[in-house]
Amino acid sequence: MHRYANPTRFLRIANAILPWSTAVMVAAFGVGLAYALVFSPPDYQQSETVRIMYVHVPSAWMGLFVYTAMAVASAMFLIWRHPVADLAARCSAPVGAAFTFICLVTGALWGKPMWGTWWVWDARLTSMLILLFLYLGYMALANAFDDRQRGAKAAAVLALVGWVNIPIIKFSVDWWNTLHQPASVNPMGESGIAIDTAMLIPLFTMALAFKAYYVTTLLLGMRREIAAAKVRALRMAAAQG
Amino acid sequence: MTRKKQRLYFIGLGMLALAGATALVLTAISDSLLYFYSPSDLEERPVADGQRFRLGGLVAEGSVDKAGDTVHFVVTDLVHEVPVTYTGILPDLFREGQGVVTEGRLNPGGTFQAANVLAKHDENYMPKEVADSLKETGLWKEGEGGYGDTGYGETGSDTGAGLTATPGAIQATSGGYP
Repeated sequence: MHRYANPTRFLRIANAILPWSTAVMVAAFGVGLAYALVFSPPDYQQSETVRIMYVHVPSAWMGLFVYTAMAVASAMFLIWRHPVADLAARCSAPVGAAFTFICLVTGALWGKPMWGTWWVWDARLTSMLILLFLYLGYMALANAFDDRQRGAKAAAVLALVGWVNIPIIKFSVDWWNTLHQPASVNPMGESGIAIDTAMLIPLFTMALAFKAYYVTTLLLGMRREIAAAKVRALRMAAAQG
Repeated sequence: MTRKKQRLYFIGLGMLALAGATALVLTAISDSLLYFYSPSDLEERPVADGQRFRLGGLVAEGSVDKAGDTVHFVVTDLVHEVPVTYTGILPDLFREGQGVVTEGRLNPGGTFQAANVLAKHDENYMPKEVADSLKETGLWKEGEGGYGDTGYGETGSDTGAGLTATPGAIQATSGGYP
């Protein structure tokens, strides 16, 4: 693990991955959007409204996935004090927050015609809203101190503590009665896959596109942060010299 | 023990303690996290007449009776049933055999007077042709699978009954998981 904590080595690996993740992202978005918006069939009950799912569900997965990645990076930063791990967590937060927000908005747009309401305070919707606040709290805390290191530590602790919300979001629909339906893609559970193949393919393609987007923006963001740290160090040296 | 090992154990133990505390809290407040009562929940924990709460379940087949603006129907979890009266506009997805969450009060006669009605969608997604062919070939398994473990029955119990096609049936005609 320590080998990747070296910023120079990290940059070399990041630069090697970036063209590939960008290519996967562009291809998956192209194919996924065409399938999701045009070629996939309308649902037997929701008709065309089902297309919201192709953005809503991958966004929700991203919200949970990115938060988990952020918590792992935060733990690595707290235990081994890797500065690159802190950068990974810092650069993940805005991406996760954006997708959580998209998930909440698309869910409301779907809920109005299907359920008859934009929003309800059931366990799934409420825990997802808390996830958005955790992201925003993380970003605020990470930048709240003049001493960057102190902000990084405080935010990393928040990221770890907030992780308990992730299983609550995931299993809220199984543990409690909610207006939100249970998971449609749940290979471990009894219900299995409850989505027809013609709809599952665009869903997974969109999920792949979102993941590739995350990898690309994360690497770009970390590269930018490393450059910014170099500039800070040079300015310090110049001011002292 | 090195400082790094110490921090590792400290964080590991901290996360375990946090998980334990959260689990205890959630178990303690579990009842108040239910968004709605099913008819079986109502049987177990009666609600006072006139107290506002949410009642959820399936709209029983053949129970919808529209008289002008007012509609009468029965909400069931396939174990117990509650008759419901509602005046107003119903959501698009409201139909017999579909999930529904209503908010209102029980009147002394045992009828639930709903102030609003929300449709509850299930987790099954398929094109119309697939749904039609499932019905034609008899693979549309009404009355089994699905709802028993998806929030309509008593929490945790397996009533094993539902009114939707099972995922297995969907996969049988369309190939399922790629």
